[in-house]
Amino acid sequence: MDFNDTPEEAAFRAEVRAFLDAHAPLKSAEARTYRSRELNAEDVRLSRQWQATKAAAGFAGIHWPRKYGGRDGTQMQAAIFAAEEERYVVPPSVFNQGVGMALPTIMTHGTDALIDRYARPALFGEEVWCQLFSEPAAGSDLAGLRTRAVRDGADWVINGQKVWTSNAHFSQFGMLVARTDPTVPKHAGLTFFILDMATPGIEVRRLKQISGTANFCEVFLTDVRIPDHHRLGGVGDGWKVALTMLANERFTVGKAEGPDVEDILALARTLTIDGRPAIDDACVREKIARWYVQSEGLKYTRLRTQTAFSRGRAPGPENSIGKLVSATKLQEIAAYGIELLGQAGAVMDTEVAPLNAWFQEALLYAPGKRIAGGTDEILRNIIAERVLKMPGEMRADKDVPFNQIPTSRR
Amino acid sequence: MNFDFSDDVTAMRREVQAFLADRLPVGAVRQFLENGPAVDGALWAEMAAMGWLGLTIPEEYGGSGLGHEALCMLAEEVGAFLPPVPFASTLYLAAEALLGFGSDAQKAAWLPRLADGSVTGAFALAEGAGEPGADGIRALVEQGRLSGSKAPVFDLDGAGLLIVAARDAAGQVGLYLIDPAAPGMERRKLRTLDLAHGAWSAEFHDVAAEPLPGAVGWPAIARLLDRAAVLFAFEQVGGGRAALEMATSFAMDRFAFGRPIASMQAIKHKLADIYVAVELARSNAYFGAWALHEDAAELPRAAASARIAAIDAYQLAARENIQTHGGMGFTWEADCHLHYRRAATLAGIIGGARHWRDRLFDQLAA
Ligand SMILES: Cc1cc2nc3c(=O)[nH]c(=O)nc-3n(C[C@H](O)[C@H](O)[C@H](O)COP(=O)(O)OP(=O)(O)OC[C@H]3O[C@@H](n4cnc5c(N)ncnc54)[C@H](O)[C@@H]3O)c2cc1C
Repeated sequence: MDFNDTPEEAAFRAEVRAFLDAHAPLKSAEARTYRSRELNAEDVRLSRQWQATKAAAGFAGIHWPRKYGGRDGTQMQAAIFAAEEERYVVPPSVFNQGVGMALPTIMTHGTDALIDRYARPALFGEEVWCQLFSEPAAGSDLAGLRTRAVRDGADWVINGQKVWTSNAHFSQFGMLVARTDPTVPKHAGLTFFILDMATPGIEVRRLKQISGTANFCEVFLTDVRIPDHHRLGGVGDGWKVALTMLANERFTVGKAEGPDVEDILALARTLTIDGRPAIDDACVREKIARWYVQSEGLKYTRLRTQTAFSRGRAPGPENSIGKLVSATKLQEIAAYGIELLGQAGAVMDTEVAPLNAWFQEALLYAPGKRIAGGTDEILRNIIAERVLKMPGEMRADKDVPFNQIPTSRR
Repeated sequence: MNFDFSDDVTAMRREVQAFLADRLPVGAVRQFLENGPAVDGALWAEMAAMGWLGLTIPEEYGGSGLGHEALCMLAEEVGAFLPPVPFASTLYLAAEALLGFGSDAQKAAWLPRLADGSVTGAFALAEGAGEPGADGIRALVEQGRLSGSKAPVFDLDGAGLLIVAARDAAGQVGLYLIDPAAPGMERRKLRTLDLAHGAWSAEFHDVAAEPLPGAVGWPAIARLLDRAAVLFAFEQVGGGRAALEMATSFAMDRFAFGRPIASMQAIKHKLADIYVAVELARSNAYFGAWALHEDAAELPRAAASARIAAIDAYQLAARENIQTHGGMGFTWEADCHLHYRRAATLAGIIGGARHWRDRLFDQLAA
């Protein structure tokens, strides 16, 4: 067991730090406190610019092949870069879906022509991607989706609706799963496509989240034409491709960002309870110590995963731990920050609420973290079934042709 | 960076598992339990013969000096298989105390005998209810003679070496070496939760006591407890892992309502939560292992985190293992209660979760 960098890792880390020092300020106590949750056009511009700067310097797609703009580096180097980047103030990333999820999926299932066309523009921040999976009647049960794709000559014609699509309003491309055969059981009738968001027939409507901001969208698809060469994987193989993308998602979205142990501790230091410093209060101490132990557990679990990775083992379903634990922890810490503020806890005015109302903001986005990218319940199913090898759910729709599956109470 | 056990230790783990699985089939441990806690002396001798007791003892004192990483692995397996031997008392506490604070002569006198299994150790800190701390130590050593009382003292039965925390005439706390056979010590066996670890109360009346010269002041004892906390954490992770395996395998075999209970989501989610708790505890323990192995400045923080996570994970696993087994889990015949009892015992043995959380918080807020 060795925490120290190998000489090669240390050299790489020094290179990364020199690059980051030249391009971004280190986070200060104030800088880590508040981040607007609504991404505006300026955020997107800055995000693209930062992605381009990283890519030009060889720090984007570190473990991607060189021919696609990557560095041919190791997973460990990618992890080192991510850990270092976290220490600096950089624009929020809009590239998780593209660089983190879509392109690795295209590299697994796509033709060389597709990879050549899409890898570099994504890596260099020129093209933003979204994930067109969820639908009004298909979220956890993704394979129950109803958007139809019908072959017409050299094209496919798409009709249907996607929902909760993050970033759709500024994305150039989407990763779309649609149903090509409703007469076979649900997983067998799906096909995967790359969708150019500028195609006629696409209507994107922004959806407000509980916080009032609008980072996700509804996407209506009416007679949208996709050329067959934008199909990813075989006809009917869409589920397999979707699973690849979901695995990449779980690896990309490791942890729910937000106020953490050091922030609740910083808040507690400023408060008193019954006239005594809050950090002397037994309940406060116990809670903060608990979250600290959880955070440490998550941190070292990630290092274990990286070690397994660097020894050639693929990231497994145990990756689900990160999001499952950190999302709930985030929600608890947000709520406790507010509780500690007592009668003023419900105030979001940044003149009044400490740390620029970060705890209040977080209270309003934490629920989404427990739902997006696999709900808490689905992640527990995954751990039980794939790690502990317990039997799958009893399925009412097993082996039933999709168009005969019951969809409502009657 | 390499955040996993070395290949050597991983290979050794496979041997350890194979041996313990063979030597301690389910139920084997019971012959030692039915009449109250007792030590499996034959097993202890075999463990010594395989070099398991000398991993952290330098070669000059009869050990192999392989280091703490290997001992951490072994502690996990001991936690999983529950052998009735004084592993923790001898290795995490007595041997660590000698290694850390003993004189060369004391090390030369005792370490070879701990490594070859001819002597087992015990450690006496507690004086009744309460958490570890200098204030709780009233036992007194004056002119080389110890007086006072200690309880519980685990694994005192058959121990050839006892390390006692006491204060001197000037009020300074420290650690002292006692021969448990020396005149002036009275002992009484206590009823305990754990069936494989007996505990005693001990009264000392002017018993000859030899100071461990390096163990002066509470910080030295706290340091010993930090080191032991990491090793106990591995034992608890092993116990949590084993309880989860028991629960999972029972749930696969047990049918209700025409299907395995393992297909029921209330059971699946319960076991998934245990898995998460055990894995987070394992990750914290790994950090502790690194800090222990390197004698790093982070040790107090790492040890406290490892201890807290391990206490919670093992107790959760042990408790819900019984629940998963239903009525069967509540019987003497099922092994569930062995983990339940052990989890509660290990949770308090060097101070409980509340104590360690408090210690941890002090470091975070410092
Ligand atoms: C902030 C945010 C961003 C998102 N971004 C995207 C995006 O970019 N692209 C995209 O495609 N989707 C996106 N989603 C959608 C997300 O993937 C779904 O919301 C999620 O998978 C849950 O599906 P659902 O909303 O249909 O809820 P449902 O599946 O209807 O679930 C409702 C409840 O039932 C529970 N449940 C369902 N099935 C089971 C089961 N088998 N066992 C136990 N409990 C069960 C769920 O856990 C949940 O509590 C986003 C969601 C959020 C909140």
